[in-house]
Amino acid sequence: MTTSPPETEAGTAGQDDKPIHVLWINAGLSCDGDSVSLTAATQPSIEEIALSVLPGLPKIEVHWPLIDFECGPVQGADTFIEWFFKGERGEIDPFVLVVEGSIPNEAIKPEGYWCGFGDDPETGQPITTSEWIDRLAPKALAVVAIGTCAAYGGIHAMAGNPTGAMGVPDYLGWDWKSHAGIPLVCVPGCPIQPDNFAETLVYLLHQASGAAPMIPLDEQLRPAWLFGATVHEGCDRAGYYEQGQFATTYDSPKCLVRLGCWGPVVKCNVPKRGWMNGIGGCPNVGGICIACTMPGFPDKFMPFMDEPPGATVSVTASSAYGSLIRRLRKVTQHTVDAEPKWRGPREKLTTGYRPPW
Amino acid sequence: MASPTTKAAGDGSGLVEMSWDPITRIVGSLGIHTKIDFKQKKVAECYSTSSVFRGYSVFMRGKDPRDAHFITSRICGICGDNHATCSVYAQNMAYGVKPPHLGEWIINLGEAAEYMFDHNIFQENLVGVDYCERMVKETNPGVLELAERTEAPHAAEHGYRTIADIMRSLNPLEGEFYREALQVSRYTREMFCLMEGRHVHPSTLYPGGTGTVASVQLFTDYLSRLMRYVEFMKRVVPLHDDLFDFFYEALPGYEEVGRRRVLLGCWGALNDPEHCDFTYRNMSDWGRRMFVTPGVIVDGKLVTNDLTEINLGIRILLGSSYYQDWEGQERFVTHDPLGNPVDPRHPWNQHTIPAPQKRDFDDKYSWVMSPRWFDGKDHLALDTGGGPIARLWSTALSGLVDIGYVKATGHSVVINLPRTMTKPETSFEWKIPKWSNALERNRARTYFQAYAAAVALHFAEQGLAEVRAGRTQTWEKFEVPDEGLGVGFTEAVRGVLSHHMVIRDGKIANYHPYPPTPWNASTRDSFGTPGPYEDAVQNTPIFEENPPENFKGIDIMRAVRSFDPCLPCGVHMYVGGGKTVQTMHVPTGLSGMGG
Repeated sequence: MTTSPPETEAGTAGQDDKPIHVLWINAGLSCDGDSVSLTAATQPSIEEIALSVLPGLPKIEVHWPLIDFECGPVQGADTFIEWFFKGERGEIDPFVLVVEGSIPNEAIKPEGYWCGFGDDPETGQPITTSEWIDRLAPKALAVVAIGTCAAYGGIHAMAGNPTGAMGVPDYLGWDWKSHAGIPLVCVPGCPIQPDNFAETLVYLLHQASGAAPMIPLDEQLRPAWLFGATVHEGCDRAGYYEQGQFATTYDSPKCLVRLGCWGPVVKCNVPKRGWMNGIGGCPNVGGICIACTMPGFPDKFMPFMDEPPGATVSVTASSAYGSLIRRLRKVTQHTVDAEPKWRGPREKLTTGYRPPW
Repeated sequence: MASPTTKAAGDGSGLVEMSWDPITRIVGSLGIHTKIDFKQKKVAECYSTSSVFRGYSVFMRGKDPRDAHFITSRICGICGDNHATCSVYAQNMAYGVKPPHLGEWIINLGEAAEYMFDHNIFQENLVGVDYCERMVKETNPGVLELAERTEAPHAAEHGYRTIADIMRSLNPLEGEFYREALQVSRYTREMFCLMEGRHVHPSTLYPGGTGTVASVQLFTDYLSRLMRYVEFMKRVVPLHDDLFDFFYEALPGYEEVGRRRVLLGCWGALNDPEHCDFTYRNMSDWGRRMFVTPGVIVDGKLVTNDLTEINLGIRILLGSSYYQDWEGQERFVTHDPLGNPVDPRHPWNQHTIPAPQKRDFDDKYSWVMSPRWFDGKDHLALDTGGGPIARLWSTALSGLVDIGYVKATGHSVVINLPRTMTKPETSFEWKIPKWSNALERNRARTYFQAYAAAVALHFAEQGLAEVRAGRTQTWEKFEVPDEGLGVGFTEAVRGVLSHHMVIRDGKIANYHPYPPTPWNASTRDSFGTPGPYEDAVQNTPIFEENPPENFKGIDIMRAVRSFDPCLPCGVHMYVGGGKTVQTMHVPTGLSGMGG
C-alpha cells in the first residue's frame, strides 16, 4: 500500500497535506495472520482506510510488507525498507508504528539473531526486530501491538520456547508512552478479529487528526470498548448454560464449557460480533474458546480440550438449578406454543370485541 | 529514495551484487541475495534466506497431543487451517479414530474455500501487482505499449478489451479487478468460517471431526457464495490465460524466467470418507482416493503416487541453516507400522537444535533447512511450484479423479462448471505445460481456483445428502493412547504438507510439521544442491529494460513470487545445522554480507 493513493481521494477534505505514515513490522515472531486477517475487515476495509473514505480520516501512507507495491533491491530503486530508515531519521513525521509478532530475547545467545527485518548496510547482518523497536519507538506518534503475540507474547512465548519471546509492553515497559503521550495500544487476538483492528486503527487516526480524545484503554492496554465484556456474556449458547445443558460431544449445539470452553473468563467480543460480516465465531458455532486474546494464553488454558478447572463448581450449580428452570419453562413453553382460542373460522366472533350497534 | 549503491562483487567476476530483503507481497520474511551478470542479462547466483525463527517443534514437546492442531495452526497466518487439518489427520491416525462422513465433507468444504480465498488474494493482490500497468510501465515500457495495442483474445468472457486494460485493472487500489478480488477474498473466507468457525486459525476443528453444527442452512449459506465464485472463475481463467500468453508473445524467451527442471511433489488433498480410514496400513489405498492425487513427478514422469512410499522417502538435510545436527541423538521410530525401516533423517526422527549465528553466505545463511526426497539414488530438491502446478500435474498424470465436475485424463484435468447467474455451463481444460516456470506456476494457480470450486460443488452435494438423510453427527469420540504414531498428509495452499507426530506417555515426544515453503525456500544442502528458489532464480534471464541504477529486479521477483513464498511456514521448527558443505559457488560477500 505504499501505493500513494490515487489523486482523487474522497473524504479527506480539511486535512493538511502531510500524510500520517504507518510503518508496519511483521517480523516479530509472527505468522502474519494479523496482517492477513486485516484484509478481511469491512468495517471499514483496508481500501477504505488507505483511501481515507471515512469522514475525518487524515491522509495516510501505509508501509505494509503484505501488500506493498514497492520491492526494489536494497539501497536501490523503490526499496521498501528505506521507509523505516526514513522513520529513524525523522523524515516521515508523524508515523504510527505497528508491530506484529512477539519480541524474542536477543540477549540470551552469543551471536546471530532470532528475528530480523532488513539488513544493516554497515555490517551486512540482519537488523533485529528489537533493534528496530529501539530505533523507532521514541520517534513514533503511537506504537500499536497487533495480535496476542505482539501484545503479550502469545503462542511463541509458550513454556519451553527457545527464544525467550515476549510482548511489546514486556519489552518497552507497560508504562511506556509515546512522545505524544499515547500509551502502547494492544489489540489482542490470534489472529485479531478483522474489524477490531480496523476500528482501533481508525480511532488512532481520528485521534491523530484531533477529532477524537485519548483512546480509552484498560489495564492490559486493550481498547476498552472492544474488550470490556467476556466471551460468555456475548455467547448465544449461554442460554443452555443457564439451563444446565452441557454438550458431551463437540458437535452438539449446547454449551461447550465441559469440553474445554474458557469463554466465561475470557475478554473477547467474537461470539457477539461474529468473525466477519457476522459469520463464524468460536463457541457460538461449536469451537471451544481457547482464550487466544488473553495475556495468559496459551499456557494457562492447556490442555485446551479439558474442562477448565474453575468450571466444575458453577457447572454443577447450574445443572441443579437449570433442570428445575427447564421444567418450569417447559410448562410455559407448552402454553405459549399454542394460539389463543379465539382464532378460527367460526360462526361467531370470540375475540372479545363488541360491536357498538 | 536513496541513490543506488549497488556494487560490483568483490571476486573480480564483473557481477553486480543485489539483494531484496525483506521481499514484500509474500507472507513472512524472505530475502533473496544475488549476483547479476548485466552483460549477459542473467542472474548468476542466488541465495535464499529467512530471518525469523520461532521453534514450534521445540516448545510442542511434552504437551498434550490434543493441543497439536490448535498450536500448529499458528505456524502460518495465511494457511494455518491447512496445518490444523493436517494435524487432525495425524491425530486421527495416532488415536485410531475415523470421523463421521459428514465431518470429513465439512473439512473438505473448509479447505476448498481456503484454496479459493488464498489463491485469489495472492494471485490478484500480491502477484498480480507484478503484472499491473504501473509496474510494467516502470520496468518494461515497451511491453506496455504493445499491450495497449493488443486485443485480449477472451475479451467477451472477461470484459477487458486490451491486455493493457487487464493490467490497469490490476493496479493496486485504483484497479477495478484488484478491488473486486479483495471482496472475493472476503466472501470466500465467509465460506471458510461457515465450515471451520474462523479464519485463519480454525475454532471448530478437532481430532475425530468438527464441532460445526450441520444444517440445511449451513450448506445453503455456503452454496450461495460458492455459485458466485464459480461465476467469477468463468471470467478469471480466460483473463489470466490472456495475460500470461501475452508475456510469451511480448518477450520471446520469457519461458526461461523462473524455470527449473520438473521436480514436483504433491502429497494429495481432500479425503474421500468412503475410503479414508486414517490407518497407516491402508494409507497407500486411501491416498489414491483423495480428490487431489498425491505424486512425485520427475522430468514429467510420475515416479509414485503411493503415500507410504512418499512418506518413507522424506529426508531432512542440513548444510546452510542455523541448527546443530541431531546425529547421535535418540531415534524415535526405527520402523513404520508396516515394518519398513525409517531413516534417521526422516521427520519422525528429527531433533531441532537451534544455533543462532552470524549470516555467512559461504556457510550458514538461513533459518530454513533443506528437505529432500530420496528416490533410492538421489536426494531430490522437489518443489511445489506454489502448489497448484504440482497438484494439477500429479492429478492429471494419475488419471484417478473422476467426479463429473472434475475429470483427470492422464494428460490433463478437465474442470466442468455448471450454469450460473449470467454465464452458461463452462469447461476448462488444464493441460500439462511444456515448462515448470514462473508463468505456468501462475497459470496453474488460476486453474486450481476453478478446480477447488468444482470439487466443492461435489462435497456440498455429498454433505447435504447426509443432512437430508438425518446423519448429522460430525464428530466421533476417541482416546489418546500412551504410545502412538501419526502422520498427516495434505496439500496446503502452497503445496506439500506433512505432520509427523510421536506420542510417549500420553504426551508429544516429537512433532515435526513440513509445509511447502521449507521445500521451496530451502538452502544449499549438505550435498551442495541449491534449494528450488535458488535454483529457479539462478539462471533466470533479465528482461527488464532498466539499467542497473534503476533496476527493480522484476523478473527475479516474478520468479520468486510464482512459488507463493510463505516464510512463517518455512521456518517454524527446522532442524538442521550440519557439517560442511561443498558449496557450488563461493560468494565473497554479497552486498557486504560477508560479515
